[in-house]
Amino acid sequence: MADNGDEDSEYRIKVGDCVVLKRGDIFKAMQIQLGKKVIFEKQWIFLDKTVGQLYSTTFDIVSGGNLLPQKPKNADDASDAKEAGTDNRNIVDDGKSQKLTRDDIETLKEQGLKGQEIIQQLIDNSSTFRDKTEYAQDKYIKKKKKKYENTVTILKPSCRILAMMYHGREPGKICHLRYDTLAQMLTLGNVHAGSKVLVFETCAGLVLGSVMERMGGHGSVVQMYPGGGPVRAGMESFGFPAHFHDTLHEFPICHVNALLAGTLDTTGKHSSAVEKQSDKDKEKEQNQPEAEQAGEQQDGPEDPNMETVTAEEARVEKEKKEKEKRKEAKAQEKRMKLAAAVAQLEGRNADGLIIASRFHPSSVVMGLLKFLAPSRPFVIYSQYKEALIECFTKLKEHGGTVNVRLTDTWLRHYQVLPNRTHPLLLMSGGGGYLLSGTTVATDTAKPSGSQRVEEPAAKRQKLTDTEG
Amino acid sequence: MQENQQTICTAFLCKTDSSSSEDYNRRLLIKLQTPTSLEKCDAFTMSFVEYSDVIQDGDVAIVYLGIDSTMPIKVQKGAQTQTRYGVIRHSTDLIGQRYGSKVTCSKGGWVHVLHPTPELWTVSLPHRTQILYTTDIATITMMLELKPGSVVCESGTGSGSLSHAILRTIAPTGHLHTVEFHQQRAEKVAEEFKEHRVDHLVTVRNQDVCKDGFGVTGVADAVFLDIPSPWEAVRHAKTALKRQGGRVCSFSPCIEQVQKTCQALMDQGFEELSSVEVLLRVHDVRVVSMPLPDFGPDPSAPPGPDSRGEAPNHASIALKTTTPPREIPGHTGYLTFATKPRT
Repeated sequence: MADNGDEDSEYRIKVGDCVVLKRGDIFKAMQIQLGKKVIFEKQWIFLDKTVGQLYSTTFDIVSGGNLLPQKPKNADDASDAKEAGTDNRNIVDDGKSQKLTRDDIETLKEQGLKGQEIIQQLIDNSSTFRDKTEYAQDKYIKKKKKKYENTVTILKPSCRILAMMYHGREPGKICHLRYDTLAQMLTLGNVHAGSKVLVFETCAGLVLGSVMERMGGHGSVVQMYPGGGPVRAGMESFGFPAHFHDTLHEFPICHVNALLAGTLDTTGKHSSAVEKQSDKDKEKEQNQPEAEQAGEQQDGPEDPNMETVTAEEARVEKEKKEKEKRKEAKAQEKRMKLAAAVAQLEGRNADGLIIASRFHPSSVVMGLLKFLAPSRPFVIYSQYKEALIECFTKLKEHGGTVNVRLTDTWLRHYQVLPNRTHPLLLMSGGGGYLLSGTTVATDTAKPSGSQRVEEPAAKRQKLTDTEG
Repeated sequence: MQENQQTICTAFLCKTDSSSSEDYNRRLLIKLQTPTSLEKCDAFTMSFVEYSDVIQDGDVAIVYLGIDSTMPIKVQKGAQTQTRYGVIRHSTDLIGQRYGSKVTCSKGGWVHVLHPTPELWTVSLPHRTQILYTTDIATITMMLELKPGSVVCESGTGSGSLSHAILRTIAPTGHLHTVEFHQQRAEKVAEEFKEHRVDHLVTVRNQDVCKDGFGVTGVADAVFLDIPSPWEAVRHAKTALKRQGGRVCSFSPCIEQVQKTCQALMDQGFEELSSVEVLLRVHDVRVVSMPLPDFGPDPSAPPGPDSRGEAPNHASIALKTTTPPREIPGHTGYLTFATKPRT
């Protein structure tokens, strides 16, 4: 482990890193902060001891919520002396097979027994364990492991892990977008390094982050956002290096119409009175840090001076100005950001459009498709099929797109064990729907009336007659 | 003869010595010695990993005839391509046009000419084997955690459907090592990589992955297996993966193969085994008209404001809905994923 530390340095957990905690199928995104109590699966833990350890290490949670790296697994734990029944004809569910009581187990826990040891105790005190079939024994151990093993694995975040985490923990936050559906979106959207991709999502920033991961910091992403500001918590959980953020732009959709009409003003010259003030304040700007300090000092120990009135007034005045200045600086920054986003959009030559939102997709796509170059893919996610049916119709009426398909995916997990392979008993009922297609040039020729093959509606209308 | 196939050159030489394709042999060697210099991809030329705007001589373009009907064209000055809507003349109809343009063919019909993408290639490529389709490819790409810069090993290459998608995702800094035991297929796909201007990102090896492995050690972030007996290649997958760990995926149509592969993966210390099946469901959007039944005049109903008396005979409701295709692919293969821990 320690032999070539240099080579491994990028695989070590550092303070400030975004990580994902994992136990079984449960994930939780976190940032490593020293001395910070975090809750994971109803347990308070400290992540301090993980710093300097390698990613993918599994830790035991020991007393005080501290983490102790597990030793590399010993070849095979227990279960040598195999003694098993042939079937369950003699096993009666009378609730008496386990001799340990709830309290006994709690005492064992308090004595500091590890999960594995508790499970051994449970097995030793079970009167029926030996009569269970080999398969049932496996299942029993697996079940108990899940309950008593007190471990947590620290992972490096990735699109796969975060998509599964959100889908498992907070599907409502990501419009119930299942991970395999997200996978389809990234592929159908041909998201790759060096392209310019527009993203409109209300999936907590997960879709945005996934797109950015696939671009690897090359090219540019424009986040088209609704409301007051872009939501990016999911993207931030990816823990991207700083230069990734340089490729990210943001554009409020409330300006889309103005931008398309060419009336959007990004210079801010005609904006407001606040603007004019900024010119006056500009000279003073350098003094800002000092002024701020002064203000704070006065804030601290209350000055029992007779000059209070004037001092107070001056202070209030100063603070007001500070506030204005800060506001102004923010506005200025916002304008610059807007201008940068506009520069990305103006050419109407984006390489891809990814939509995953709770908004009705028709208006979103009709508004944003105009920013795409011809022969570029777009993908729209919706939790509801009907919304995409309408969207499909709109796109057909409007023209300018080909290869438009409405799809969803069906995902099934399998248990694979010797002689016991079968689909899992539960599966996801649905992962949402996708409408995907490719833009084409409209300038040379308007879509004529004689739309061929593309129009299943016209061709198949007979369906009802023939089958009726 | 096969035991010292350490480098690509010898691997190819060993395989191709006996055959007559010396030209190809030479070409490969040239390519291998100067991997990137032959055809520089500047931003304005078509490539499968970079968009361009205008169709140029030497490009590969995708002709879109209709849904489920596309064909690739090698654009060449003076050449012509026949479609069911008539002839496309490359010099006048394609070269200099924008990708996405509508092209009117000689018979008066028209088609759209699209910029190639791995997804369009998957539905239009010449099949030399069974191929992987986009639904599986998308799942594989995410679950293998591929991204720009990833180093990937793949076997078999087959017709290159997945290879192109991998290359798109790992460009511009990643690399694909792909192993195909069938010589002609290996040669053909290497040729295509060149035509698609992705050859600087890929090394094609003509060898048997079960016997000779991937030809690289400790470099891969991910390994993909689509071979008849993946369990025989699991140890090679482990060898190819980075010491720090990585992901592996095996695609098999039969559950017995999955069973054996999972056993081999566990024996080799792989973790987080997960087998899934993913299927695409297409919904055809259409308007259906559903007639309303005629129960005759209703005496109990209050007389309506419009005194037509009875409902019109042919009352029906038009409904916008989707129908499933009559038949769909109900099985492609099982995808088994696993993580190689640090060793």
